[in-house]
Formats: sequence, structure tokens, C-alpha cells
Amino acid sequence: MRDDDPNLKDPNDKSEKSGVSRRDFLKISGISIAVPLVAGPKTVMAAGQEVAVHGPGKVAMEFAINSKRYKADLEPRVTLLDALRDQFELTGPKRVCDRAECGACTVLMDSKPVYSCSVLAIEAQHKPITTVEALMQGGKLDPVQQAFVENDASQCGFCTPGFVVACKALLDKHPHPTPADIRHGLSGNLCRCGTYDGIRKAIAQVAQKGA
Amino acid sequence: MPDYAWPDREHRSLIGKRIGRVDSPAKVSGQAKYTYDVHRPGMLYGKVLRCPYAHAKVIGIDTDAAEKMPGVKAVHVVQGPGSNIHWAGDEIVAVAAVDESTAEDAIRAIKVQYQQLPHLVSDAEPPKGAAQGQGPLSMDDIDDMLDNQVPSQQMVAQIQQYGITAKGSEDALKGLKADGATDAVLEAIRTATAHPEAASRPKSNFQKAAAQTLGDPDKAFTEAEVVSEGLYGIPVITHCCLESHGSISEWTDADHLFTHISTQNVSGIPGQMAEPLKMPATNIRVQQDHVGGGFGSKFSPDRWGIFTAEISRKAGGKPVRIMLERDAELKVAGARPSAYARVKVGAKKDGAIVAWQSESWGTGGPGGGGMPPIPYVFVVPNQRKEHTAIRNNIGPARAWRAPNHPQAAVLTICALDDLAAKLNMDPVEFFGKNLDLAKPRQDIYREELAIASDLMDWKQKWHPRRENQSGLVRGVGLSFHTWGGRGHASDCDLTIHPDGSVDLKMGSQDLGTGTRTCILIVAADTLGIPIEAIQLQIGDTIYPPSGGSGGSTTIGGVSSSTRRAAVDARDALFAKVAPALNAQLDQLECVNGTVRVKGDSSRSLRWKEACSKLGAMPLTVRGKNPDKSKAPDLTSSGVGGVQMAEVEVDTDTGIVKVQKMVAVQDCGLVIDLKTAESQCYGALIMGISYSLFEEKVMDPSTGRMLNADMEFYRLAGLSDIPELVVRMMTGKGYDERGVIGLGEPPVVSPGAAISNAVANAIGVRVPFLPLTPDRVLAALGQKAGA
Repeated sequence: MRDDDPNLKDPNDKSEKSGVSRRDFLKISGISIAVPLVAGPKTVMAAGQEVAVHGPGKVAMEFAINSKRYKADLEPRVTLLDALRDQFELTGPKRVCDRAECGACTVLMDSKPVYSCSVLAIEAQHKPITTVEALMQGGKLDPVQQAFVENDASQCGFCTPGFVVACKALLDKHPHPTPADIRHGLSGNLCRCGTYDGIRKAIAQVAQKGA
Repeated sequence: MPDYAWPDREHRSLIGKRIGRVDSPAKVSGQAKYTYDVHRPGMLYGKVLRCPYAHAKVIGIDTDAAEKMPGVKAVHVVQGPGSNIHWAGDEIVAVAAVDESTAEDAIRAIKVQYQQLPHLVSDAEPPKGAAQGQGPLSMDDIDDMLDNQVPSQQMVAQIQQYGITAKGSEDALKGLKADGATDAVLEAIRTATAHPEAASRPKSNFQKAAAQTLGDPDKAFTEAEVVSEGLYGIPVITHCCLESHGSISEWTDADHLFTHISTQNVSGIPGQMAEPLKMPATNIRVQQDHVGGGFGSKFSPDRWGIFTAEISRKAGGKPVRIMLERDAELKVAGARPSAYARVKVGAKKDGAIVAWQSESWGTGGPGGGGMPPIPYVFVVPNQRKEHTAIRNNIGPARAWRAPNHPQAAVLTICALDDLAAKLNMDPVEFFGKNLDLAKPRQDIYREELAIASDLMDWKQKWHPRRENQSGLVRGVGLSFHTWGGRGHASDCDLTIHPDGSVDLKMGSQDLGTGTRTCILIVAADTLGIPIEAIQLQIGDTIYPPSGGSGGSTTIGGVSSSTRRAAVDARDALFAKVAPALNAQLDQLECVNGTVRVKGDSSRSLRWKEACSKLGAMPLTVRGKNPDKSKAPDLTSSGVGGVQMAEVEVDTDTGIVKVQKMVAVQDCGLVIDLKTAESQCYGALIMGISYSLFEEKVMDPSTGRMLNADMEFYRLAGLSDIPELVVRMMTGKGYDERGVIGLGEPPVVSPGAAISNAVANAIGVRVPFLPLTPDRVLAALGQKAGA
């Protein structure tokens, strides 16, 4: 379905009742340019109901990252990745492709791996977020991290934090992953130096030790 | 005379063992700080407006609106009106603002007028007769070379070889100097012969180099009993460093610059920034802790490194961060030149290669580029070679791991593999028979070829090429490679403190190759103390200078300077300790955290106790490489490697899957077996990536790169990687050669080995890498139709 075709309607689309459709959102963004720079939502009428408008100026936001509360005033267009890196100096997640292709920015949100470059900070508010920095507990590496060390699964290391988090998510879900689980679970992460052999051995080591 | 030589196997505690990478814990925990992670107080964010055209002239720039935007702190025109732009994505204006979004908004508010000019982005075979010989260079040519970042040495050589069209005035020379010409280039222009008549000749995009001949190729081809002809090639690919190029620059006062930069060349950066910034190099401090990939593309501050410093100055010296966006990284920050060739090779019936002829071409962007070293590894006794460089508008080339060698391997080893097929010979037998052409490394190759064959189970897997294959078919292929090595210049300071602590400072960098680990292994092995007892500090220009990490010269450089420093420090410590142990200096040794008399365990001091004999002052020594006064040379040059690939090809879909790869590699004395093997694993993986997926695709009509992102510029993923077997050649015959670098060699062969395996599987050559389904199907279709 083309989302710009007014005659077609997705049967699953409950936007009129439950929120704002993409089409309405575009209309609203047009309106919002005229809204003065204020923090906190205004409301406008859209699709026959009142909807909150955030931005385009900075908005007060609150996050739950690595079991701590973080606050910042950010524009709604700021990504979770940029908020983590530039506001909170959590630079484990890396900015590489900035468009959900390489996985270097992977963090856990609601215990699931996500590309933080493609989640808006404003939408990540109050959801539990775990970055690579939090995997180490009391100065001790997580078993996944330890296995990366032992199997030399990093070279330049720029993709490593994303891979560690993706592997952690994979192994939490599949403690004994099949080759197909590994292919699927890590298909969203890329490495340039060529550390896949070490990563594969690291996963095998954790899976075996956990047995 | 102290003994600087590497200890023999019985006297090594750490060297050559499998030692874990010392910075792994920092990397896996997200603690390792890269340039991109540096966050300075009050830091501004820079963005760059880039030219959308592959060839254009800048007519006008209007930055008024951008300068008036709240939050914008500085606007800097990089290439103003009148500038000629030679590739899409080149920098026009830079902006620094309080945050990235404001900088982006400001960029959008800038208006630039261009005059579009005709461009060429293709590197297809030059039309017959289109190529022209290189003639004398005009001042514009020289200016273009500067724009295109052609190395100074190469410029001097070309000016001397071809002369110039007109003597440049001193004003013109001043202009060139301002554009970055070195004194050597200016001197070459002053002394060059002028050929004013050549100025009126139109310039071609195709430039033919003089033909090179060896022996008597015509006679050799008439005498050859089997001749094979084919077309081979390897396209332009990018470096695609995961950490993009860029820097954070700030002025700590009016005269001092502090730069964090993502680089392979920490010590070499200030010298390259000094002239364009018109300041002494000594006032520039450069720092880098970790770097997210370089692969040959990060030796220079680049134009953007210079204007980051300039825009910081405009913004009152505040720190400004400009890291390239991913699309810019792929468009402008590094590409490996392409190489294609029509190759004809001839042999006797017994397989002896007798004749080579090649017409090759390729592009390295606006600078053209040279011929790869073909025929590669095998010095065919009779050869004729012609090469045409294509000067086009795809952006400048940079060194990419083992410059020109992967290309040379594909053009050579694939052509020879086709000849073996025509001879109906097993390539292992065929190449084995011709190894005397691979002097001086023939014995290394012979040994490696046998080991690789065993590891691949080649005898079981190889079969003659078969016609009319269908379904899933398998094949094996092999390739050979070489590289130089030696060690770059490297200085380090090693200090032993009276409390027993030790530190080592060196202005080097660790690209992820294991440089930190190897430096520590050498120092700890020499001093007989654990790695953890030594603090290593690298990546800062306040430390003694050490060379750029290129050409596999780092391990030779840093291990030599470290060894010399550690030996001198140890001997100086012995001098202080000898009286306490009532021994002569040459009776002492450092073992297991003690300083003791050889063969007498009763006369021994623990390390800490021994160091306390230093008195109040620490002991610092400087280690250097090269250092002729401290023989022997601890490095060597010229390695040999053999690789084999096994593939499975689906003849219905054209999809190639690599099933197994074997790398057998010599690199002299291995310092750390673990990170050395990792280098080989990584090279095989990078090789699979460029063999199957990578290509910088240019759009002929717009002149832009079509796949400047990581979805369509595809890197191999984990599931593309098969079983990998790595065997390092060590022990007698290898260790005594000294240390030789490993960054380049193992990445050379995968292209040729995989292409040969595909040819073995489907019975026909797929001429060009990457071996994508469309190319495989086309090759199969051509065979079926033939």
C-alpha cells in the first residue's frame, strides 16, 4: 500500500482512534513550524482531535539508562544514539552508518536489541535502556565480553560494542543458539577488520560454558 | 657491546606465544575512547556543504542566511568562487554551530552557484586510439595534482620526467606553495625543461604509459605450445573505515592548536598541518587513543582536518568537531584504484610459463594511477606490458591495504590459472613447477603450497574444469602473494623507576593490529617482568615520534625501538645491581621478575628490590629504529604467502558461497601469535568481502556514487564467512629472519583464489570482481551460447 494514496486504507490502521497517522503527522509538522520555540507540548487539532505537538524547539526529556535517570532538553529530531553519546557521554554505542545498516549503535531497549541511531530520543523516554557500558558489573566483564577477550573478537574495536550487545541479546534469548539463530541474531551487525571468526568462537564458548 | 638480537626460542618468555590483546577489555566494555567519542567542554559541531557535481566551477556562494542563524558560531568557505571541483562530494563550505542540527540547518541555508562541466566517472576499457602519452605539465596540471593530493615525491618524478609547458613565475610558485606544494615540488618546477609548444594540446582522460618489455615476447609466443587469452579485473572499492575520518580541534591559546584526529600517523600529523595553518609544527599537539580503522586512508590531516582547525580559530578557539558523515566517508575519504587487463600467456606443454603480454587500464580518480606490478610473484622471462591510466572524476584514490597487490594478483594468478586449465594441469602442480620464477622466495612458497594443499584437502577437492555444470557446484582455487616490510622510523622512551614501575612512551598508534600488545611483549620479555608491570603510553605527539602505520612497517619499527630501549635499560640496571650481587654485568639476567646471576639461583634480587638500587632518580633510555650503532637489524623484508579457497556456486541463481579458506603465511619472527593470526583471519574476511560484494558504483549521468551507504556498499557479514584455517610459518628458517609486518600480505590473495575457485566450479572465468550473481550468470550464459 502506498501511504500517500488517499483511496487506500490499511485495514489494520486504527490511526483515527488511536493516534496520528503518518499523513496527519506530516500535516501537523507543517503546522508546527509556525509554533513558537517552547518546551512542553502544545496541542493542535488534527484529524478531528487534539494532539500534542512537541518541538521543533527543545523539549524536556527523561530517560532510564543503565538503571539511572538521565534528563536533558533535546529537540525531538535528536536520535537516541546522539543523546547517549553527546549528552550523556555514553560513547560505547558508535555512530557509523547512522541509518540502521551496520549495528554499531546497538543498545537494549525493553531488553531487545535496537539500533539507537534509528530510535528518536523522545520515543525512548522512560523505556529501560542498557548500553554496553552497563554489561560490566563491579569491574567484572560479562561472560560475553570475557569470551570476546579470550577469542580476540575485536581488532580496531569500533564495531565491538554493538556486537557485544547483539551477542548478549542473542544468548539471553537462545542460550544454545543454532547456526541459524546466530545468522539471524547477528545479521544486523557489520565489521570491517574481519573479526567474525573470533565472534563466532566467542558465542560458541559462552554457549558451551552455559550448558 | 650489548646483545640487541632477538633471543632464541629457549630464551623467550613471551615473544612468539599466543598472548591476548591488551586493550581488548577496554574495547569490549565500551571504555576505549576513539576520536569520534572525544567530547570537549564547549565543543561545537561542524558540518560540511559538499558539491553535488562531479566536475564543476564554483561561481558564487551566499552564506549570509547561515551566518545570521542563532547558534551558528562560524562559517568558513573552503573552496570559494573560481575553484574547480573535480569530484562529487568535495568540500565547499564548513559551518560550526552549537549542535549538529543547527549546523545542518545552516548548511541548508547556504546557496552555492555552480557552472557544471563535463565529467567522466567510467573506468571501462579506453576506446582504441583515445589514450595519449603524457606530455609536459602545465601549471594547472600541477595545481590539479595538489588538489588531488598526489604525493610530493610522485609529483617531482613526473615534473622531472615530462617537463613543463611554461616556466612558472615566482608569483605562480607562491600560489602553488599556498595550495600545499612542497619545496621539492617548487624546486623541480624551477629546474624543469619548458616545452611551450605542448600547452595548446587538448588533454585526454586516457594517458598511456610507455610500453615495458622484457626478453623477446614475440619469439616466446611463437615458441609457446599453449597460449591462453583472457580478460580480468577488479573495480574501485572504498576503505569504509567504521570510524569515519575527522578531528576535533581547539586553540588552547592564540598560537597553540590541540587536535584529536582519527589517524594512522599520530607523529606525522603536526608536520602536515603546520604549513597550511602557517604555524610551527611544535605548536600543534595531536592525540589519539584508539582508531576505528584506517586501512591506508588515514595518513594525512586531509583538507577537512585543516579547515576544522581554521573554523575553530574563527569560533574563538572553541573545540570544533567535524567527523565525516557515512556518505562522505564512502565518497571522498578513500578508494582503491581499479585495474583491468587483457592478458595473453604462453607455456610449454610441460607447463613452463614462457611469455606474458598485457594491455591493462584502471583508474585512481583524477590522478590516473599506475600499473600494478604484473606479472605478479612469477617473473615471466618474456613480457610486454602496456598500461593506460584513466583520469576521471570519481574522487581521489588512497593507499588501500597492500596498494596495487590485490589487483596484480587477480590480473596475474587468474590468467595463469586459466593457462593451467588449458594445459589440463592441476594448478598446484602447474604453479609448483613454475616456482623457480618466484625467486627469491621459491622455497618458502614451495613449503607453504604443500601445507596449504594438506589443510585444504586439495587433492580430494580439485577436479578439472567441467563443461555445462548445473545446480550447486564446487571448486577450489589458489593464489600467491608477497609484500616488503622492514620497520619504519621509531623512537621510544623507556623508564625504570626506583620503585620498580616501568613506563614506555612512544608516539605510535594501534590500528587494531595489536601494536600495543606487541610493544609490551617485547619490553616485558626483555626485562623479564609481566606485561601488566609496564605502563605503555602511545598516541600523543608529546611522546617520541614513531612512524605512520602503513606498508606493514609498524611492527618492525616499534618492536626494534622497544627491544633496543629495553636492552639498554636492562643493562643500565645491571650496572647498578651488579655490585649488590657481587657479579659481572655479563653474568646477569632478567628472568621471572628477578635480576639474577645466570645459573646461580641463590644470587638473585626481586625486580623491585633490584630497581631500588637505582637510587633517587629513575632511569630513562631512548630506543631508536633504525639504529646502525646498535646492530643487528631486527627486521627483514619480503614475505611469501599462499591461500586457497573452496566455493560453492549455484548455477541457477549465480550466488557464490565461500565454503572454506586456507591462509599459510610467513612473516619472519612472530611477536604475538594470537594477534598475528587475527590479522590473517581478518584479511581473509576482508578478502571475501571485496571478492563477492564490494564496488564503488558511479552513476555515469550524474557523476555521483550510487551506493554511498552501508546497505548498498555491502560488506561481508558474519554469515558470509566460512571455515577459515590460518597457519603461520614459524620456527627454523623463519624466526631468524627478524620481524616483518603482516598488515598487507594476507589481504592480497583472496580475490584471485576465490575467482579461481569459481572458475574451477563452473568451468568458465568470471572476468571481474566482485563475483556477483549477475556476473556469474553472464559468464555461464556466455559459455552456453559459445
